[in-house]
Amino acid sequence: MGFQAVKFYQTGTFTVGNRLLAPDERSLQSVETRSNSINSGHRACQGCGEALGARYAIDAAMAESNNQLIAANATGCLEVFSTPYPESSWQVPWIHSLFGNAAAVATGIAAAMKVKGRPEVRVVAQGGDGGTTDIGFGCLSGMFERNDDVLYICYDNEGYMNTGVQRSSATPPAARTATTMPVGPEPGNVFGQGKNVPEIAMAHGIPYVATATVADLRDLEYKVRKAMKMHGARYIHIFVPCPLGWGTASHDTIRMARMAKESGTFPVFEAEYGEVTGVLKIRRKIPVEEYMKPQRRFAHLFGKNAHPETVARIQAIADRNIRKYGLLEEEGN
Amino acid sequence: MLKQTEGSKAVAEAIALCRPEVICAYPISPQTHIVEALGEMVKSGKLTPCEFINVESEFAAMSVAIGASAAGARAYTATASQGLLFMAEAVYNASGLGLPIVMTVANRAIGAPINIWNDHSDSLSQRDSGWMQLFAETNQEALDLHIQAFRLAEELSMPIMVCMDGFILTHAFERVDMPTQQQVDDYLPPFEPRQVLDPAEPVSIGAMVGPEAFMEVRYLAHAKQMQALELIPQLAAEFKETFGRDSGGLVRSYCIEDAETVIIAMGSILGTIKDVVDEMREAGHKIGVLGIISYRPFPLEQVRAALLGCQRFLVLEKSLAVGMGGIVATDVRMAVSGTGLKGFTAVAGLGGRPILKSSLHTLFRQAEKEELPPVTFLDLDWDAVNKQLEREKTTRRSGPAAENILHDKGIVSAKFG
Repeated sequence: MGFQAVKFYQTGTFTVGNRLLAPDERSLQSVETRSNSINSGHRACQGCGEALGARYAIDAAMAESNNQLIAANATGCLEVFSTPYPESSWQVPWIHSLFGNAAAVATGIAAAMKVKGRPEVRVVAQGGDGGTTDIGFGCLSGMFERNDDVLYICYDNEGYMNTGVQRSSATPPAARTATTMPVGPEPGNVFGQGKNVPEIAMAHGIPYVATATVADLRDLEYKVRKAMKMHGARYIHIFVPCPLGWGTASHDTIRMARMAKESGTFPVFEAEYGEVTGVLKIRRKIPVEEYMKPQRRFAHLFGKNAHPETVARIQAIADRNIRKYGLLEEEGN
Repeated sequence: MLKQTEGSKAVAEAIALCRPEVICAYPISPQTHIVEALGEMVKSGKLTPCEFINVESEFAAMSVAIGASAAGARAYTATASQGLLFMAEAVYNASGLGLPIVMTVANRAIGAPINIWNDHSDSLSQRDSGWMQLFAETNQEALDLHIQAFRLAEELSMPIMVCMDGFILTHAFERVDMPTQQQVDDYLPPFEPRQVLDPAEPVSIGAMVGPEAFMEVRYLAHAKQMQALELIPQLAAEFKETFGRDSGGLVRSYCIEDAETVIIAMGSILGTIKDVVDEMREAGHKIGVLGIISYRPFPLEQVRAALLGCQRFLVLEKSLAVGMGGIVATDVRMAVSGTGLKGFTAVAGLGGRPILKSSLHTLFRQAEKEELPPVTFLDLDWDAVNKQLEREKTTRRSGPAAENILHDKGIVSAKFG
């Protein structure tokens, strides 16, 4: 093995670095009383971003609700890798019904808790990007529009990974998936499609919408805890790289998430009642190429038959994100 | 208390007496009046504690009911036709999870062609979904069956559809005897779930089940319905003790003791059939009726026992197994297999086509003489059908069939027959 240098960011960045923080500021994951909502022994791939994101998110939601939490889960990787009996990883009351109805099932649970006079019991729904932005979108929008007392968490790995890496409406342009193969004059997923569900959630005027990544886990914890302090419909969209679907190294999951944020590809922000209230600034801006190159799903854009103009179009999207959300520190700040 | 009221209103009042805790509503004719009435009761505070949720689709309606039921609340919704098909995935899921949801199906045809009128195609399409299905003959029975349905569903921890003919029952004003809250409370105890999402005792519900256990879980759904065959008559007997009237049960026979010909049907058409049978009896015909109340579970033994004394039977059904014939008739034939009884099927009333007494008189007499083909389409306009078939034979681009037939018929008259 040899010597491995351990580097922590400075405090105040919501990243790791528990050892530099006062005990009461440390991540829940360093606290003995953490709930271990998703216990070890599940069957997620090595380096699964979703497993990491879900663990932080649900543990944070558990802590904020005094362990009075019920979770509804859409069909997908998270459901499949966590439940084959008798090895359920869930230490919270948990229900999986269908692919497209997690938000509605959560609405039903919240209604039951209300009618039973148990306001202390809180409800989260969770699903992948397919279960959220595509097949579950009707139920999600309905739950938002009614302002039901549910926190919905989307773990976005930009495709249908559980069924073998097919395109979803969260798949980025040019990406190779099993249904957007890198063939023909415009290889990979097409430009000009897809939907931005955090912004659609904001358009519902719901109390809280946030995005987060597994690179900034303290930020993720903070946003889940903040969401759990509020009532009504809340939405957190967590960017969770998928080593299998993206063709990245298992040990690069957090690095990929960080580069998505640092390149402006995935803007990290929070919003209340439809208005952006905060953004996580880019610390060290990188070109999208740096983020894309390690991913095999973009390999057709580089090398012998490179498509620099396609990379430029993706860079333009990232630049637009940076302008729109003000992701760069202003000069003099 | 006796009152003259609309079928939907009567059912809504009966549902309210059952103290539902979560009601999900999505509008589709002809069930809308039921949830409208319930919504008003919840909003005014008359029905409390209860959450009334206006959802964005039938798929969401059933999904909200699933969540509510799994969290220990008594959950109710109502639908029909396209709505039932739209929620089909969640319908199977509710029974697979063993959640005792009660749903009214205001029976209506399925399109295309779009049609809002009554037949039984919708709930029968969910025959194998694992839901029990009880068919009401009258508005009184519809409201009574809902009260029994909550009891039955919760004892077995399985969901039930109470099926009532759209418009014919839902929109008809009839006299009903509305029970008191005390009577319903005596009959229907509070919901005690078999499984519940509770932070005090975390469970996982809806886990992945592989080949090692899937068959057993599915078999259990069947076993529950076999238990229901015992339970349904018991609950009907108890119902009679509390409420003082016969309602529910598996089957109900009429003039069957000495009948040589027995007509079998489900739902409100039984009333018309009984009228025809009365008239035929007066004319000396040995004819009787067997009404099927419990379509699922299907009471094979009771149907067989009821038919053993007759010489022939005719299943009159408001449904069509396309490419085969009758849906209910198939089950009835299974019940009498090996008896050598002669059986006929009549498909009638699809999409609200009126089933006329005059047509039934002819049909039943033909059945008596065994002059019917195995499957009869009652009052089918053969000219219209043949004209379209001919058109398709001669013209490649023959156009949309439904619109052609409408065109051939000209201005639709309100008068049938």
